[in-house]
Amino acid sequence: MPVKVMIPTPLRPYAGKRDSAEFDAGTVGEALSRLTTQYADLRKHLFTEDGRLRSFVNVYVNDEDIRYLAKENTATKDGDTISIIPSIAGGCRS
Amino acid sequence: MATTTETQPGRKVVGLSKEEILRYSRHLIMPEVGMEGQLKLKNAKVLLIGTGGLGAPLGLYLAAAGVGKLGLVDFDVVDFTNLQRQVTFGTSDVGKPKSQAARARLANLNPDIQIDAIEAQLTSTNALELFKDYDIIVDGTDNFPTRYLVNDACILLGKPNVYGSIFRFEGQVTVFGMPDGPCYRCLYPEPPPPGLVPSCAEGGVLGVLPGIVGSIQAMETIKLILGSGDSLIGRLLLFDALGMRFRELKLRKNPKCPMCGSNRTIHKLMDYYEFCGVRGEEAPAPNVQVPEITPRELKSRLDRGDDLFILDVREPHEFQICNLKGHLIPLGELPRRVHELDSSREIVAHCRSGKRSAEAVDFLRKAGFRKVLNLKGGILAWSDEVDPSVPKY
Repeated sequence: MPVKVMIPTPLRPYAGKRDSAEFDAGTVGEALSRLTTQYADLRKHLFTEDGRLRSFVNVYVNDEDIRYLAKENTATKDGDTISIIPSIAGGCRS
Repeated sequence: MATTTETQPGRKVVGLSKEEILRYSRHLIMPEVGMEGQLKLKNAKVLLIGTGGLGAPLGLYLAAAGVGKLGLVDFDVVDFTNLQRQVTFGTSDVGKPKSQAARARLANLNPDIQIDAIEAQLTSTNALELFKDYDIIVDGTDNFPTRYLVNDACILLGKPNVYGSIFRFEGQVTVFGMPDGPCYRCLYPEPPPPGLVPSCAEGGVLGVLPGIVGSIQAMETIKLILGSGDSLIGRLLLFDALGMRFRELKLRKNPKCPMCGSNRTIHKLMDYYEFCGVRGEEAPAPNVQVPEITPRELKSRLDRGDDLFILDVREPHEFQICNLKGHLIPLGELPRRVHELDSSREIVAHCRSGKRSAEAVDFLRKAGFRKVLNLKGGILAWSDEVDPSVPKY
């Protein structure tokens, strides 16, 4: 069941400069796992060393935050959009 | 906002002058604003944190709309690189304090309002004192410590925080700090640790983007003052300028939030630089100690005919701006392109400011290269000390 993963601008350099990717996945965790298998450099930006999602990266299925659903076990269905939303501070001073 | 006028009834403005009626006539003839709304604007007090890219449209539109008191907090000075997006400033403002230059521009736009230029860095020591005189705080800063500081101070004082942030082609806007709405810590409990923030190489911002995002913040501020429309409370508006798409996500108040949850664990402001860790934005100095060469030393060694291999670790689009005729391998590609380098030759690595190339030198030394030096201060220092014809960016 293909779901679309939206990759935010700050993480595109680690994802072959792509803005989105589609995967067959039944849960959010599965989709992110496929994403970080295809783009290994992304892994450390999304997950801690013990494999938990980083606290400054939020993940949404459609417009819902997975922290208020079943987290990474949140089921996805055909056509769902998973958004990765990292915190951004603004411009760059230096 | 009604709250201010109620708490300070003695200072409430009850009418508009003939000139003001003419100035605001396009508001006054709208039933959604009208005389009542215009007086709410005139009685409102809004504090802008930052007068840069986001602060420019914010200041201009809020002043033009007749917000009675505007505070402008900025410790920075206008420089040439600001003019591409910070449209409050003109070329003649370069070198002037931003808060003063912005006040002069806004006072010219609307002489009937009070504008306070606050030439200071917002800190845990002054934030509460500064915020208490205003109804709404608008966050137009560019760094994580200040964003957490603004959030926490707003929650402690019970003031709305109109939030906007940008990165290259993307923007985020929402309203935090309302009684039933979430706060910044509900969205992001912690900031990214050092090293996982995109570097300056991937930074930059399209000039129009803060214009759009700051304008949305200005609109949300005015709606809060008027008490009309659907606010962005509980919604994160995402703007993708390249795809020209707006999306929105639901933001929920986190019941376990340490700042605004029912079992609050944060009761006062903290050291936000410590909380956020030291990172590139605040600390341009390299994190790694590596052998260096100054621009003047490099120049004299090149003039002497020494065999030096110049390695440029910037991005290709930066190379196009200016270069020292080095071999280009962007820092991110160095690990897989290291075979292009000859470890028997002496290598001088450089970037724009010396930070990325310090990482490159550190990487190469760990990979077994013995003769690698970092050009101290990068191409910026080369321009200052050796060849002023090399442009700075």
